[in-house]
Amino acid sequence: MRSRFLSGLCSAIFLTFFCTLPAVSGELDQFTSLQGKIDIAGGTAHIPVMKDAARKIMTQYPRINITVAGGGSGVGIQKVGEGLVDIGNAGRPVSSKELSQYPQLISFPFAVDGVAPIVNPANQIINLNSAQIKDIFSGKISNWKDVGGDDAAIHIYSRDEASGTRAVFWKKCLSKGDIVESANIVPSNGAMKVAISQDRHALGYMSIGHLDATVKPVALDNVAPTQENAINGSYPVVRKLFMNTNGAPEPLVKAFINYILGADGATSITRHGYISLK
Amino acid sequence: MLLQGAAIFSALIVLALFGFLVYFTLPLFSEGQFMELFSWHWRPFHGEFGILPMIAGTVLLAISAVLIAYPVGLGICLFIHGLGPTWLARPVLFLVHGMTGVPTVVYGFVAVFFLVPLLRTHFAHGTGFSLLAASLTLSILVLPTIVLLINTQLQQIVPTLRMTTEALGISRVHELTRISLPTASYGLLAAAILGFGRAVGDTLIALMVAGNAAQIPGSAFDSIRTLTAHIALVVATDSQSTIYHSLFAAGLILFMTTTSVNLLLHQIKRRVYREEQSA
Repeated sequence: MRSRFLSGLCSAIFLTFFCTLPAVSGELDQFTSLQGKIDIAGGTAHIPVMKDAARKIMTQYPRINITVAGGGSGVGIQKVGEGLVDIGNAGRPVSSKELSQYPQLISFPFAVDGVAPIVNPANQIINLNSAQIKDIFSGKISNWKDVGGDDAAIHIYSRDEASGTRAVFWKKCLSKGDIVESANIVPSNGAMKVAISQDRHALGYMSIGHLDATVKPVALDNVAPTQENAINGSYPVVRKLFMNTNGAPEPLVKAFINYILGADGATSITRHGYISLK
Repeated sequence: MLLQGAAIFSALIVLALFGFLVYFTLPLFSEGQFMELFSWHWRPFHGEFGILPMIAGTVLLAISAVLIAYPVGLGICLFIHGLGPTWLARPVLFLVHGMTGVPTVVYGFVAVFFLVPLLRTHFAHGTGFSLLAASLTLSILVLPTIVLLINTQLQQIVPTLRMTTEALGISRVHELTRISLPTASYGLLAAAILGFGRAVGDTLIALMVAGNAAQIPGSAFDSIRTLTAHIALVVATDSQSTIYHSLFAAGLILFMTTTSVNLLLHQIKRRVYREEQSA
């Protein structure tokens, strides 16, 4: 008696859940005749967008199975090159060394991610020029008063060598200049936000997509690090996010890439704080 | 028979682990980069892969955490075994037992939001993410290990001595400090070694609180990076790079450290056993 009630309840929930879904959009129609498995690995910045798409596709088409794993840009390129996954994500272009090892790789850029210098909201600094930022990170300037702030030591926060965020910031903002060894290293964009939001005298950098009111972005050479400035090209510290396939993608993978590049993908990309290329 | 099989199996796993670590470190030897590991600078983009700062950080952090936790742990044990009121002994022991179940990340989290800002505002030097913050947090983590080990030892010794010492009119303080503790000396040593091993092996507290700057700290307020945190930070890099291979060397050093800690403990146990036999 009780089990019948339970199963009835379950199927009711099940039905309500699934009957409300299919009305969402026509972009998913391209998957109608497809089935199989897509394995995705690589850059961690991509994960929220990939997971969004995977969840939407899989709930409507149970015969399609999509797995999303991280690992970092290097891992993504290596795995797709070796044929271990169908899509390898990377937060940077495929290097010439990697391309000579895996000549079949095709890249599909789908979003832009900017990296902004950030300070504590209590800090009065609103702009730094690139020479000042380079001098601060290399240790030549170590007090906020030398760049127009309080008389206090600058607490530098940076990221580890595996970080794509660090790679862009180091290349495009610091021109591959030195970062002092005494800089604190935090393991993620989230940890960076926590550290900077607590430390009045901190200077760090993070993905524009992760910005919120607990930290304050600093203009670079009088250009504010906003999504608009990243799109129109006036803010220089940006990178593209890529999906890579080994050779021309098979129909199911191709459909997935088209979906990410389409309107649904663009909405998801914007919602997660990145800038759609659409 | 079954037990023997299980023992051999687990020994094989440890050996395999060791073998893998050595195997993955090999590319460093063949490319002649092994000696570069023993440099004081970690600047991979300048071709410097020194892990000496991380080794120093690990040792400094583990030793200072044990130095903080050990006296406190010993004090708690003496409190339980006669220096404190008897009715409080059980609750205190219960509390320490409870501490073993607290996930490391909770300590790390509390430290980031409470201890680090406290150190930053009360001392003019540094960002708060420091050797001091990490060793204070880590000492709380190793405290139960130390207390429980010493306590087990004292539980065996104190009851057998108490009748005699009371009959002789020896005070509690004298009994504990002059008779019980010297008798428990191997247990005291084992507690220190195991506490050190636990401190070396911890990753999360160091990663969250120590600041992770790959440098030799000038003071307790400076940021440090441990071997464990180093591996956790760098593991996602390009797997073809020297950076990646150097991690296996770091892993190998950690593995050998914990193995020596275990061997040392084993030696101590054997010696205690032999003395009990001859007594």
